[in-house]
Amino acid sequence: MTDTTDKTPDTGQKNIAVKDAGQKAVADPQPLLDVKNLSVTFSKRKGESFTAVDGVDFDVRPGEVVGIVGESGSGKSVTSMAVMGLLPRRGVTIEGEARFDGTDLLTMPKQELTRLRGGDLAMVFQDPMSSLNPVVTIGKQMTEVLHAHRTISAKDARDEAIDLLRRCGIPDPARRFGEYPHQLSGGMRQRALIAIALACQPRLLICDEPTTALDVTIQAQVLELLTELVRDMGTAMIMITHDLGVVAGLCDHVNVMYAGRIVEYAPREALFASPRHRYTHGLIDSIPRLDQRRDQRLTPIPGTPADTVPWSRACAFAPRCRHVTDACVTDAIPLEEVGFEHRARCVNPASDAENSTQTSQVMASGQMAQEESE
Amino acid sequence: MSSTTHELPERPASLAAVMGEQNVDEKGISLWAGAWRRLQRDPAAIIGGIIVLLFISVALAAPLLAPHQPSSVEWAGEVTPSSLPPASADHPLGLDPFGSDLLTQLLYGARQSLIIGVVSTLIGLSGGLVLGGVAGAFGGWVDTLMMRIVDILLSIPALLLAVSVAAIVGRRPEALMIAIAAAQVPIFARLLRGSMLKQRNQDYVLASFSLGLRRRTIVMSHVLPNSISPVIVQATLTLATAIIEVAALSYLGLGAPDPTVAEWGRMLVKGQERLASAPHLTLLPGICIAVTALGFTLLGESLREALDPKSRRR
Repeated sequence: MTDTTDKTPDTGQKNIAVKDAGQKAVADPQPLLDVKNLSVTFSKRKGESFTAVDGVDFDVRPGEVVGIVGESGSGKSVTSMAVMGLLPRRGVTIEGEARFDGTDLLTMPKQELTRLRGGDLAMVFQDPMSSLNPVVTIGKQMTEVLHAHRTISAKDARDEAIDLLRRCGIPDPARRFGEYPHQLSGGMRQRALIAIALACQPRLLICDEPTTALDVTIQAQVLELLTELVRDMGTAMIMITHDLGVVAGLCDHVNVMYAGRIVEYAPREALFASPRHRYTHGLIDSIPRLDQRRDQRLTPIPGTPADTVPWSRACAFAPRCRHVTDACVTDAIPLEEVGFEHRARCVNPASDAENSTQTSQVMASGQMAQEESE
Repeated sequence: MSSTTHELPERPASLAAVMGEQNVDEKGISLWAGAWRRLQRDPAAIIGGIIVLLFISVALAAPLLAPHQPSSVEWAGEVTPSSLPPASADHPLGLDPFGSDLLTQLLYGARQSLIIGVVSTLIGLSGGLVLGGVAGAFGGWVDTLMMRIVDILLSIPALLLAVSVAAIVGRRPEALMIAIAAAQVPIFARLLRGSMLKQRNQDYVLASFSLGLRRRTIVMSHVLPNSISPVIVQATLTLATAIIEVAALSYLGLGAPDPTVAEWGRMLVKGQERLASAPHLTLLPGICIAVTALGFTLLGESLREALDPKSRRR
């Protein structure tokens, strides 16, 4: 059920991997997180099961920002939860491996994983309203993490926590330290959550749609903060989002997920300049553009994801694809190299000619966000 | 960080004068502090609180307030089968059929109700906290096991248990306590378990796990504090029921065997035969039971409202 053709690219290529100008140069060939063939299956009653993540491969190099993009239900959150070991044990089957710094997170003893989580590996959740304990002060929730991972005196922990709150852009941090989550605004809570996640200077930060619950102005601030902190600390980051704007402004490499599989992997510029998979192409095509006439309608992707089309026999996107061919529904589609560090799972990929008209605008806005934050 | 600064500009002295000293609470408002504020504004809570306070102080200060000894039956000679002596300065509420001072009996009755009610509720609460807490913290087969124990407890009628316990340990107040507590354990256990299970699925618990906190830490410092408030509320309400049950079981003759121990339920029995000629003998202890129970209920209900996040606006 899993294809073997799209396994890890040979190490030779990785060694020579040089990132785009202006990005962090990655000399370390060893990925920080290496996810191979990860599958997550939820079993329902009566023996039925649903595969939410189906043979996903990706890696994150130290200091790199990797995006995972996809619509609701595409399996992006489940992927991150599986990597963090946060899925319930009952009714869930996890296969494959997720090597963090060489050791597999999925088979690691529980105590070791507990030590890693919050230390080297941290996560920022989507909803700042519900991700903080309402009856415990912000300060307590921060120092708790510091105490769990380090031997530190109460006073030092307090000082460090207040300093971290300040770095996360929370005004009057000494006062906020003693306050309860309900006394903070949404943006402030998300900043506090980020501060908590970064408390022990993790090497990998997983952000599961960190800006979805926030309004646009705060979104921009929070993203800017994340970029800056991650760059300062040299932390690698996985940014899970359904917002291509976030990807454009933030990520070095992007994985596009559809119905539990990665359909396209590309460096950020390549993804927007020449998307190959028809799904990615459709996503970028459906973004409203400033140079568009106002009475011109947007180009949506028709339909909704159907889980009746199995990846093992066809392309799951085929029912919604405007360019579907017979080859799309006769066999499993492998993830194939279509360019430098660029892979797509499509038998009838979009050509450069089709791409030339659409991407400049998105790219431009993404670049602007990037430059602004620098 | 270049594009935004989070520092406020320096304030000119004149502006500071207009704004005055900014009053900033160093501490935030905790759930309980907030609840306390709301309670103080709720008339029902105030009435309930006054009744409960009155009841507790009467129970504690009974020896100081009562004009006579509760066990004293020295005026038995003044009581005839058909009549009771009228109230006098020495006996403001008159005598009971056994020749004891009625006011003294009522005051000491509060003491009995409070002791048995509170002790049995405490036993029931701790039993329920342990069963429910363990079930909620571990889940899985532990949960199932604990809930089956609760089911067994639930299947025993409190009355029957009280009679059985009394048959074994003799007619002692402990029998009442055990019986009432056994009936309460399932209430607390189920409440806490349900509340903990609900909290366990909250995002912040997942977030705590993602931060590498141990299960023990998460349960003790995150799940429990969020789950405990309905249990506290229930304890206040259950205290009201316990006081009624104490009276009911004493009425059935299951309390202390000594007839001179003042107890409201027992007083009902004593006054029962003279219901027509001297209704105050049953009415007064009855009112005491009802008012005390009402006090605890009012307090419990307002506490529930005060702790309910949805009513925070008030």
